[in-house]
Amino acid sequence: MKKKSKKVSYAKWGYIFILPFFLCYFIFSLIPLADTIRYSFFEYYRSGIKEVGPNFVGMENYVSLLHSDMLKYMGNTMILWIIGFIPQIVIALLLANWFTDIRLKIRGKQFFKVVIYLPNLIMASAFAMLFFALFSTNGPINSILTSLGWAKEPIDFMGSVAGTRTLIGFMNFLMWFGNTTIMLMAAIMGISPDIFEACELDGCSGVKRFFYITLPLIRPILAYTLITSIIGGIQMFDVPQILTNGQGNPDRTSMTLIMFLNSHLKSKNYGMAGALSVYLFIVSAILCFLVYRMTNGSKGEDR
Amino acid sequence: MKSKKGNHLQMILAYVVLVILAFLCLFFFYILIINATRSHADLQKGFSAIPGAYLLKNLKSVANDGSFPMFRGILNSLLVSTCTAGLCTYFSSLTAYGLYAYDFKLKKIAFTFIMAILVMPTQVTAMGFLRLVTNMGLYDSLLPLIIPSIASPAVFYFMYSYLQSSLPLSLVEAARIDGSGEFMTFNKIVLPIMKPAIAVQAIFTFVGAWNNYFVPALIIQSKDKMTVPVLIAMLRGADYMNFDMGKIYTMIMVAIVPIIIVYLILSKYIIAGITLGGVKE
Repeated sequence: MKKKSKKVSYAKWGYIFILPFFLCYFIFSLIPLADTIRYSFFEYYRSGIKEVGPNFVGMENYVSLLHSDMLKYMGNTMILWIIGFIPQIVIALLLANWFTDIRLKIRGKQFFKVVIYLPNLIMASAFAMLFFALFSTNGPINSILTSLGWAKEPIDFMGSVAGTRTLIGFMNFLMWFGNTTIMLMAAIMGISPDIFEACELDGCSGVKRFFYITLPLIRPILAYTLITSIIGGIQMFDVPQILTNGQGNPDRTSMTLIMFLNSHLKSKNYGMAGALSVYLFIVSAILCFLVYRMTNGSKGEDR
Repeated sequence: MKSKKGNHLQMILAYVVLVILAFLCLFFFYILIINATRSHADLQKGFSAIPGAYLLKNLKSVANDGSFPMFRGILNSLLVSTCTAGLCTYFSSLTAYGLYAYDFKLKKIAFTFIMAILVMPTQVTAMGFLRLVTNMGLYDSLLPLIIPSIASPAVFYFMYSYLQSSLPLSLVEAARIDGSGEFMTFNKIVLPIMKPAIAVQAIFTFVGAWNNYFVPALIIQSKDKMTVPVLIAMLRGADYMNFDMGKIYTMIMVAIVPIIIVYLILSKYIIAGITLGGVKE
């Protein structure tokens, strides 16, 4: 057979194996990206049945976006993400630590793992629709609260800013903490048991072990969790879109950036949608760079 | 002895927290399922924890509703999600293996490129994507929901990390000495080793495709091609206060149950996959 062990001859297989990925990325991401950037400099929208443009307008779309509510929507997106992410990471670390603690024999571990991961599988839009029905003024949650005497009259959850934001953050938390727990558990179980044994012999407490051994050693996975969560945060769309029917009510305080983009795409304002996409692209690129540095930096230190 | 007592307290705390979280995770779905079994009139009277007897009637009225073809939507969603999970995991593994096992000139650049686009949201190219799909004549079809998943940087990254921790290159060398072709080595030796990682990522991508609402909402126009999330959004947009609430809950339930079934079948693989290999870094 192929007895010549010329290493070069295998190189072509590397190219063949990675070709589908790059071809697909080129067609479905890079070409659209170039197109998006191009049209961001054009006046190109539809009013009624009349199509205006494309006329080259330079940076006009970018300037008018800055004067619109875009920055407000950016703030909304960040607030909604933080409301969900902080409890998510805290609970996930706590649970992952408990589940992997050998001294703490938790029964029904399998059951709890299956249950906490369940909400992650639920379609975000169906989940938001469910919450909309459950938390409406004549919905079951209000009916339970009033019959328990915890509320005198039905609470209009989706009528208040805090109520809507908390509901969205809470949904994001419920959907993602199980997933994060499982990721972190895998990371902690990847740590050599010898280290934990040595720690035990030295008589360190559970808290100390968590902060001085577990946390530093799972930092790469924490970075990965942060990556996926930031992606999710920027892309936040389904839950607020369905819960508020695309309006971001009350008073557009739960309107996210992607909801804003979606409304431009739906109204076929391609120029504005393009400019907004480019802003999002720049923000994402900065985040990409930070995260890339972070993951590579931590690897360098560990090894 | 002190630590034993501390352990005991910690144990109680752990159980309390776990029970509360489990309750939160199940409670809303419990209400959903209960409400799906009750009639509109019963639901108007207020919440009751006891299931009613209207489930079949509700299901029937969901199935017969022409303006929200829910079951058609489930078929569409199943088709899209299954194809996506298959394509995505296979090609991500292939790409990861290509970059892990071979040495070639552009290797480093290719890897750096994928790592650089790892957190790039697909939404930033949505506008161009919509125009491209329209120009290709694929507007209002299911293909643009499936094919782009071949290039999934995050799945690639997971597969690559997994390969690093669990595929010794000597194994590939050994296969070569035994006369195995490169594609055969990948399909017969590497893929089985990657099974736990593939199972985990297949579930993640399946769920991702199943949940995907943004892209289908842009691409799909006709009712018989709508996936479940698009139908749910339509339901939310409709003047739903005039609707039969029992039917609404049943529709949501019908959208959620298939994925729970898939999960119960595959949950063993996820947990086994994680405990077997994990993402050792």
